[in-house]
Amino acid sequence: MEIIDKKELAPGIVQFLVDAPLIAKKAEPGHFIILRHKENGERIPLTIADFDREQGTITLVCQGIGKSTKEINQMKKGDAFLDLLGPLGTPYPINKLGTVICVAGGLGVAPLYPKAKALHQAGNRVLSLIGAQRKEMLIMTEEMAAVSDEVRYSTDDGSFGHHGFVTALLQQALSEEKVSEIVAVGPVPMMAATVKVAKEFNVPIVVSLNALMIDGTGMCGGCRVTVGGKTKFCCVDGPAFDGALVNFEELLLRQRYYHEQEKEACHRCRLEEAGK
Amino acid sequence: MQARGGGKMRQQMPKQDPEIRWRNFDEVALGFTVEQAQAEADRCLKCKKPMCVQGCPVEIEIPNFIALLAAGQPEAALAKIKEKNSLPAICGRVCPQENQCEKLCVLGKKGEPIAIGALERYCADWGRKEETEAKSTPQETAAKGKVAVVGSGPAGLTAAADLSLMGYKVTLFESLHAPGGVLRYGIPEFRLPKAIVDYEVGNLVKMGVEIKKSCLIGQTLTIDDLFSQDYQAVFIGTGAGLPHFLGIPGENLNSVYSANEFLTRVNLMKAYLFPEYDTPIRIGKRVAVIGAGNVAMDSARTALRLGAEKVIIVYRRSREEMPARLEEIENAEEEGVVFHLLTNPLQLLGDESGNVKTMVCQQMSLGEPDASGRRRPVPILDSEVSFPVDTVVVAIGQGPNPILLKGTAGLNLNKWGYIEVDPETLMTSIPGVFAGGDIVTGAATVIAAMGAGKKAARAIGNYLASKK
Repeated sequence: MEIIDKKELAPGIVQFLVDAPLIAKKAEPGHFIILRHKENGERIPLTIADFDREQGTITLVCQGIGKSTKEINQMKKGDAFLDLLGPLGTPYPINKLGTVICVAGGLGVAPLYPKAKALHQAGNRVLSLIGAQRKEMLIMTEEMAAVSDEVRYSTDDGSFGHHGFVTALLQQALSEEKVSEIVAVGPVPMMAATVKVAKEFNVPIVVSLNALMIDGTGMCGGCRVTVGGKTKFCCVDGPAFDGALVNFEELLLRQRYYHEQEKEACHRCRLEEAGK
Repeated sequence: MQARGGGKMRQQMPKQDPEIRWRNFDEVALGFTVEQAQAEADRCLKCKKPMCVQGCPVEIEIPNFIALLAAGQPEAALAKIKEKNSLPAICGRVCPQENQCEKLCVLGKKGEPIAIGALERYCADWGRKEETEAKSTPQETAAKGKVAVVGSGPAGLTAAADLSLMGYKVTLFESLHAPGGVLRYGIPEFRLPKAIVDYEVGNLVKMGVEIKKSCLIGQTLTIDDLFSQDYQAVFIGTGAGLPHFLGIPGENLNSVYSANEFLTRVNLMKAYLFPEYDTPIRIGKRVAVIGAGNVAMDSARTALRLGAEKVIIVYRRSREEMPARLEEIENAEEEGVVFHLLTNPLQLLGDESGNVKTMVCQQMSLGEPDASGRRRPVPILDSEVSFPVDTVVVAIGQGPNPILLKGTAGLNLNKWGYIEVDPETLMTSIPGVFAGGDIVTGAATVIAAMGAGKKAARAIGNYLASKK
């Protein structure tokens, strides 16, 4: 559970290389972990962004948004997480399909990377479409390039690649060639928009959801999401689901549920910092 | 000398005043005083053929421990309990004694039964205060080999304790970051203080039981991995899993919790101490809890303590069918929880932000008995009624947790998805793998799980002895 290496990938986004031999041994693309960084801390789910069974390490990427994730990103090489549970969830199925488009928005590159890597290794043509707010927020570009046959970028402000949303890249790619499957990971509105495009072109799409959860082991039911009209649990049934069936409106509302408390916690931690 | 037993009244457990306790998380029941314990122990008839023992799933020699207590020997009384039960401070608090030992007490025929649970608690608390356990030293347990216990709830803790006493080296595997299972995440502080759970688990560690936290069997390690790590037998006590929902419209609105999530946030993650603890919980002014078991009572009373102004319990059957302990129903009522019985939720309506705001229900009447033997609730036409709510807790039970079951080839399940076991030995379809508690029976009680843990420990001992 010791942090072997730490790297800032973009402002507020940190990559950790963590010593976790048991988890590395069982990890597959699509798996996630839950960690607590300190006593009194929250249980934070993070997707396994990469794993090395021989070295016994896993890679985690954390964006400092709330109090806990900001504190996690303050941790240093040599520090250790208090608890690390995993691998959790159902692995993403890897098959040789032909051409697969991997779509990532923002931090979604991290969870997408192991899937792209496995799909590429399985002999698929992998076309990666990566969107971010601006150039400096693009992460893991070298890694994605290494496991993709082609990578295209978009930024909201036009500072790199296509000026606009990643969905425009998807629209273009789908009109250019026959695609067997799309895999999309990113913020909920981005995944919802991506699914809309996939439906227009009638291409199957798998999304990886990051619902709120506590135990991550099929006990609390906090991560429930409606898929095809049925209640599913992200932690055991997912986190990957058929995008065409996911109720994104509901998911978006559920994700915003604790925003007020998040703000309070952050506000308090800033006050504490100021008081020091 | 005064006549014993029926001539005297049963001692009443002192409790925190409802007016005060409904807003705090401190323990409600305060335990007997020395005088009370003495007076209550003196009432025991010390029957030659004690009926009470037959009602105890873990076979405590009840009249013997009470006799020792009556003779002014609490330490010996506790030792007598611990011959059979390694978690007396917990059992003394959460066992439904009224349906078990106390139900069979001879004194109960004419008057009131002995308060066996309260006396058990008294002995355990006496031991905790006097720190008698500190004297116990780890046993030489490596000799007989290693046993893995999966899940550190009541079944797992009991199996671990008994196996350890039998001379096995036991490792408890727990998926959460703290041991205790439902004792940790489910039962609230005001009914079972977590310091008690820590203490009882601590005693197991002193006995030589090793606890591996944050290790999910079925994912982090498989059952096969355990056997290849030289564990000679495995006990599965993983408890209940995925919470049930009603399947009514609006159930995924915000502020609709499963009781598991609601209680886990508060008990395990200590959200009631937010922001000192980082995990938040949102509680509204008007809370509806659906269901009428102990978990529903715990949820309703927790909601009050988190600051809700009005808490209602909605249950589709009548008072008679409520599965909760009478004591817990009374506690909830005393604290101001309002019961809407024969009331069945039809749908939940939300506001524009997706937060629940109204619960629409239908009134029911009781018809003929159903498969469970209880009278079936039948809807009354045109009887819809709406409640304004801003939090809903669904406490209608749970199904089996699928993780271990999915990841273990050759493990047979019954038609409800629970693990199939030999009723005598609790051995599963995999030789050397035993199971007990809620993962076998479906949701039941702490003590039923402990009984299963005890039975499995014995069977594991026999199984391993026969293999030699």
